[in-house]
Amino acid sequence: MFDWLQHFADWLIYSLFNIGINTHLGQALNFFVYDTIKIMILLFVIVFLMGIVNTYLPIERLKTYLNGTNLFGMEYLLSSAFGAITPFCSCSSVPLFIGFVQSGLPLGITFSFLITSPLVNEVAIALFLGMFGAKVTLIYVSSGILLGSVGGWILGKFRLENLLSDWVKKILANAQHTVTIYENESRSFKQHLPDITRGSWEIVKNVFVYIIVGISIGALMHGFVPEHFFNEYLGSGKWWTVPLAVILAVPMYASAAGIIPIIEVFVVKGVPLGTAIAFMMAVIGLSFPEATLLKKVMTLKLIAVYFGTITFFIILSGYVFNMILS
Amino acid sequence: MKIKVLGPGCPKCKTTYNNALKAVKESGVQAEVIKVEDIEEMMKYNILTTPVLMVDEVARVKGRVAQTGEIIKILTNKES
Repeated sequence: MFDWLQHFADWLIYSLFNIGINTHLGQALNFFVYDTIKIMILLFVIVFLMGIVNTYLPIERLKTYLNGTNLFGMEYLLSSAFGAITPFCSCSSVPLFIGFVQSGLPLGITFSFLITSPLVNEVAIALFLGMFGAKVTLIYVSSGILLGSVGGWILGKFRLENLLSDWVKKILANAQHTVTIYENESRSFKQHLPDITRGSWEIVKNVFVYIIVGISIGALMHGFVPEHFFNEYLGSGKWWTVPLAVILAVPMYASAAGIIPIIEVFVVKGVPLGTAIAFMMAVIGLSFPEATLLKKVMTLKLIAVYFGTITFFIILSGYVFNMILS
Repeated sequence: MKIKVLGPGCPKCKTTYNNALKAVKESGVQAEVIKVEDIEEMMKYNILTTPVLMVDEVARVKGRVAQTGEIIKILTNKES
């Protein structure tokens, strides 16, 4: 699919700029040109598709559906899957949380949504596709959704309602199964299109710098770090690498756009894929800014339980991936 | 007229707020633009996604950035 782009990068670097194909610099530059253009194209396409989905599957409708339908336990999976496909501004997570709880949705289902939402997002999907290919992307997305469902279900079992902030508890006490009638916006696809395009462009523009920085570092490492460099230190033989990678990643707040191109090089140079996926999940899904936002609705203890549970499951999936993928 | 922009302070919310200010200026409509950043206050309006643009306590645009032109249209239609 991207053969033409590789030809272009080869031509640009090796012929036009006349930098040797066997030099570190040539390889690094080639990698940089190819990856940057590819990721930009993928990112715009995916963000655009998500924009269309989001226009026609608004969150209010989902809330009403989850609330009014008996799904025999599937509601966790559904809530988690919805979390994956609905992109929203990061600071919407708290209003969403309250809105869900307010409408009488069980806390566990709300957690399922809250876990998957940052974990599986359009930027991460585009970068995974570009850097690791369709198979790994599918594994990432499906395990992210599964993790959200199981995590939400387990957190729901813990009876954590009394660990919410006081004012949220008050809301919870007054929660009622309201079925709001969804008012359809009477706008045609043609009217939506400029908004979707503009929105997609905004997102691409916002992560552009991170992608450039990430790919630059990746390209440098690609050209200069020797093959199998990490085998010895971080190879699959060492059991402690997965938890270490995840624990290192939790306090790290990086944009998915910046971190994934760097991790791709780690994988090429010998870090097991499962360890790498676990690391990226932890970087993307767990962050301090998110914790600060959640502090508004949860007590510190609940945040600790919430983060702890997700961390545990990410470590677990890291081991599983290393087993399946090696 | 009272315009409220609800949102905890992410870039999208700020853009909406600035667009609202611009819209008021360009349309010449007499309106006050208020930024609501407190979540407890926000939740009184039963919203799910931010930013939200409210005109006279009615949510007009939810979950996305409202463009200046769009806000002007909302403001001027209301007046007539």
